[in-house]
Amino acid sequence: MSSQKILELKDIKREFRMGSEVVKALKGVSFDVVAGEFITIMGSSGSGKTTLLNTLGCLDKPSDGTYLLDGVDVRKLGRNELARLRNHKIGFVFQAYNLLPRTSALENVELPLMYNPEISAKERRERAVKALQAVNLGDRLDHTPNQLSGGQQQRVAIARALVNEPVMILADEATGNLDSRSSYSIMALFQELNTQGKTIVFVTHEPDIASFSSRTIMLRDGKVMKDSVNENRKSAKDVLASLPKSEDY
Amino acid sequence: MSFLNLLRIALKALQRNKLRAFLTMLGIIIGVASVIAMVAIGQGSKQSIQQQLSGMGSNMIIIRPNSNISAGARLDASTVQSLTLDDVKALQRGAPHLSAVTPLASSRGQAIYGNNNWPTQIQGVNPQYLDIIRQWPLKDGISFSDRDVQSQNKVCLLGQTVVTNLFPNGESPIGKYIRFGKVPMLVIGTLTAKGESAFGQDQDDVILAPFTTVQRRILSTIYLQNIYASAVDENSTTAASTEISDILRTTHRLKATDDDDFAVRTMQELINTFSSTSQLLTVLLAVISGISLLVGGIGIMNIMYVSVTERTKEIGLRMSIGARGMDILLQFLTEAILISITGGIIGVILGITSARLVTIFLSWPTLVTEYSIVLSFLVCFVTGVFFGYYPAQKASRLDPIEALRYE
Repeated sequence: MSSQKILELKDIKREFRMGSEVVKALKGVSFDVVAGEFITIMGSSGSGKTTLLNTLGCLDKPSDGTYLLDGVDVRKLGRNELARLRNHKIGFVFQAYNLLPRTSALENVELPLMYNPEISAKERRERAVKALQAVNLGDRLDHTPNQLSGGQQQRVAIARALVNEPVMILADEATGNLDSRSSYSIMALFQELNTQGKTIVFVTHEPDIASFSSRTIMLRDGKVMKDSVNENRKSAKDVLASLPKSEDY
Repeated sequence: MSFLNLLRIALKALQRNKLRAFLTMLGIIIGVASVIAMVAIGQGSKQSIQQQLSGMGSNMIIIRPNSNISAGARLDASTVQSLTLDDVKALQRGAPHLSAVTPLASSRGQAIYGNNNWPTQIQGVNPQYLDIIRQWPLKDGISFSDRDVQSQNKVCLLGQTVVTNLFPNGESPIGKYIRFGKVPMLVIGTLTAKGESAFGQDQDDVILAPFTTVQRRILSTIYLQNIYASAVDENSTTAASTEISDILRTTHRLKATDDDDFAVRTMQELINTFSSTSQLLTVLLAVISGISLLVGGIGIMNIMYVSVTERTKEIGLRMSIGARGMDILLQFLTEAILISITGGIIGVILGITSARLVTIFLSWPTLVTEYSIVLSFLVCFVTGVFFGYYPAQKASRLDPIEALRYE
């Protein structure tokens, strides 16, 4: 199981045409991700981080190279098939949470399953409740986003990413809008999900966050600069516990 | 995505913006309500005109002698004596589209009872004139029979105006003898009140008697002033009038080049003339209200465009978690249709209510027809689809990456 490759990227290139100029965002990126890994992708702005994220998330297709997601060659798929792939295999977590306003947590979490016709209304609800319980929000099912704190909103978003049982959770600066305490608690949640066997790809520019992952890929100018396994991985739970109590108001 | 989920999502989206959804709906509500109310007013006036005319017998066909040219001078129609009893018999035998034919002889004169007298008209007809052609029920007494016609019996039926003028004290005229001119006649029945005709003529100022009685005993002539006939139903009046022309041309031995020496008038023609006027009114009102429905539709389109722009991020999110372009398109289309259909339902209710109020407070006749409801409902649906489609399509074609980054 642990050797099963979830992602296989071979020489991924992505070019954009801006008028007469061709911008090369990715200039040949290759790496594999096996099931159960917790990867952070780091890089400064302009490093091609966002483009890589869009490619990994099947929102964008590479101009060249092969990208296999769970054995499926993404480049060969059409718009609708990509949508299906996103629905079945990827769970997105965004920096700005992207929850629907004035809609309960439960309904927000149910959303991905709405686009899966094989799932009945009853099963949809059960799975959404379970996902919310998994992120410790079992008692906040009927709360709307504006009744929740930033950290709680991000937990709802994580529950939404979990609900369709994806092969990979793709987080884009998921702690970027949070204070450090909430950030650590979200990272603790990710670590917990990771120990349960979820594959997580986390895009960030904070080295602090990267230290919680098992492997870090550094991008620079559209190429992989460094791909290293974290030897001394920190536990977010411990860091959270070590924070002074005074912040806990 | 299943239809139920679509509906759920659309409802949810509308709930998030209740006031805006309602204001958008208002355009449709006003449009539909005004279409229904205006058509109801138009149809109501059409119906009341039709009813008035039908009261004179909607299947009725009147055959009159036509003006004719004799030695170069055109003669007044009333002096032409071209219709005879043989024509009546020929029509009774040979016209399958006619349910009844009666000759009509009329004369004006003074009706006298006791010390009361009243100038009125006596009409000599066959018994079918009452039952079939005019569908004029009796108020009291009995009608005369074919036997009375054969034996030229001096019996008569009085119209209500004659009754009130000859019998002002309210006594029953049945069994009393009145005189019409010099001829004494036994009153055997009275007619129900018909009121004024569409032309302002008092239809109750009449005495009806057997045709032969009037023709022989009062007029002393063998010619007829009119022939009244009745088509089997309203739709066959045209066929019936052609039939009549053919038969009469044969019995009158007219050559192909000769003009008709008679004229056939159907009540239907008259009804059509009046109906077409009120039909025009209905169409005019419907068109004006239709324009307000169109404006309502544009309102929907406007709001849907705003909504798509405003919810770009939501669209991006939905796409990123697996919504296809078609799902997004259907979602926004469903929202638009939901607005227009809900507006339509409220509009129908409001339209029917206001039509009722118009009848109650202004006592205008109104008639809410099913087709106006079905039609305006259909128009609503089409409006929703038509004006919702372009914004929905715009939403479905958004690039998920750009939509997600939209601020």
